[in-house]
Amino acid sequence: MATLALDFALPLRDFELTLALDVERTVALVGPSGAGKSSALRVVAGLARPRRGGVAFDGEDWTRLPPERRRVGLVFQDYALFPHLNVRRNVAYGGPVGDLLDRLRIAHLAEAHPGELSGGERQRVAVARALARDPAVLLLDEPLAALDAHTKSEVRHELAELLRELQLPTLLVTHDYEDAAALADEVGVLVGGTLRQLAAPAELVARPRDPFVASFTGANLLHGSAHETLGLTQVTLEDGTCVYSTDAAEGAVGVVVYPWEISLAREHSTDSALNVVYGEVGSVAEVGNRVRVRVGPLTAEVTASSAERLALASGGKVYATFKATGTRLVPL
Amino acid sequence: MTRRVVVFGATAIALAFLLLPVVAIFARVPPGRLFAQLGNGAVLDAIRVSAETSAAAQALVLALGTPAAVVLARRFPGRGLLVGLVELPLVLPPAVAGIGLFAAFGRFGLLHTAIPFTKLAVVFAVAFVSGPLYVRAAIAAFEGVDANVVAASRTLGAGPTRTFFRVVLPLARAGLAAGAALALARGLGEFGATIMFAGSLRGVTETLPLAVYSEFNVDFDTALAISALLVALSAALLLALRWRPSLSTSRFRFATSS
Repeated sequence: MATLALDFALPLRDFELTLALDVERTVALVGPSGAGKSSALRVVAGLARPRRGGVAFDGEDWTRLPPERRRVGLVFQDYALFPHLNVRRNVAYGGPVGDLLDRLRIAHLAEAHPGELSGGERQRVAVARALARDPAVLLLDEPLAALDAHTKSEVRHELAELLRELQLPTLLVTHDYEDAAALADEVGVLVGGTLRQLAAPAELVARPRDPFVASFTGANLLHGSAHETLGLTQVTLEDGTCVYSTDAAEGAVGVVVYPWEISLAREHSTDSALNVVYGEVGSVAEVGNRVRVRVGPLTAEVTASSAERLALASGGKVYATFKATGTRLVPL
Repeated sequence: MTRRVVVFGATAIALAFLLLPVVAIFARVPPGRLFAQLGNGAVLDAIRVSAETSAAAQALVLALGTPAAVVLARRFPGRGLLVGLVELPLVLPPAVAGIGLFAAFGRFGLLHTAIPFTKLAVVFAVAFVSGPLYVRAAIAAFEGVDANVVAASRTLGAGPTRTFFRVVLPLARAGLAAGAALALARGLGEFGATIMFAGSLRGVTETLPLAVYSEFNVDFDTALAISALLVALSAALLLALRWRPSLSTSRFRFATSS
């Protein structure tokens, strides 16, 4: 797969956005609003001109090309559909429609105008239109932000599958770390125009470079398969471990556990926490006055004094426990 | 109770005051005779002059005003000042507009032209007062086009020209049409600047409003007939403005289109 290479500086109102990264698969830029995330996409699309540096695709310098001569499919946050054209013509604007209407399940809406569509439908039209362009690079601006909670999990699942299918270098931006972790192979945390850290989602939770990244990335996201037992939901994780949650779910799910919800002990305790993961202490990273500890698939956060008391730095095996009530399930 | 009487009374008086002169134009002479007066040679000449000069002025306004509005709809330093200058003729007294045109295009003016008292002078006077109305409406129409939709067109492979004709123009169309109708209505009634800069020569520069004025002292019924025609034209333009397709993206508007 070809690589999209970014290396530029773009002055914004309050700060300068500097970004240097290579996009091979799916990279998500996360950060608070106003961090310059959308501006990064505009530079790649040719809608904003950087002060220094630029963008190259597969070794070809795109920096001086106008937007219409770069092969990017940009899905805008508000979708930016053409209100005067029906769905079919919106898609055809980018190029041959082919089977895109069927693939995005919008064939029955072909004659409808954007004003008549729901948020989820508009998003599918925007994606179909971007794909009709036959893009070499896909850019998604807050692809899930404009959707209500119910539609969101469904669309996230569809989008994850689509991205896997397309195999295009994809750069997406979102303010939601969970969305980023679910959709992307690599996540970059962007604050005040600077990339604080770029790593795989699990790595980011386990070894945040600074407290901001730690607080922003927040949760562990594990993948598993859910089914109901005894009024609870049992999730079998990829490594065979079983955990329980009070959330209802069935089938493929993401298990969300915040590091500060996890207790560590050297011995098995008999408190009310239902979920126990017994594993080798992996990395130990200090974040301010706290310590992030990797145990098996999980990252736990404990105080520096607890870490010392448990002698975590010396390794060995520990019990990581967390409550079923503190375990959230998100459909994937 | 008395407050309601006062409010309704004031409203009734206001409406009557505004409507009475218009009604009087039609009430004084029977409609059949009004219509017959329009066959009068002086009236036919005025209709021809008005039609020709309005059409030419409108073409000039659309052809130059549209690109100007596209540029003025962008953000750049000094834009506010420029838009203010474009709008100045709107609030200028007509006599001042006439003098200004003279000072610019008169034989002894800045540009030393032979335009005054020709048909072209009428076109200039009409375009000078009606143009700003169109440009102002067109700027608002272009500003109303979502910048992201325009950007989307570019990322989908359309260059600036194709984007303008396939996206910007269709989306600004309703606003442009409204501005054009307003400008046309204003231009048809132009009097002050025209009589100063172009004079009132029958068959050459005497437009319908000028004909109303010259017939006023000669044949009051003819003056009334021309006035009735102008009222009808203005009302028709006003109705066209009111009934233009809604600017909103309501589903009803789109539900019926293919």
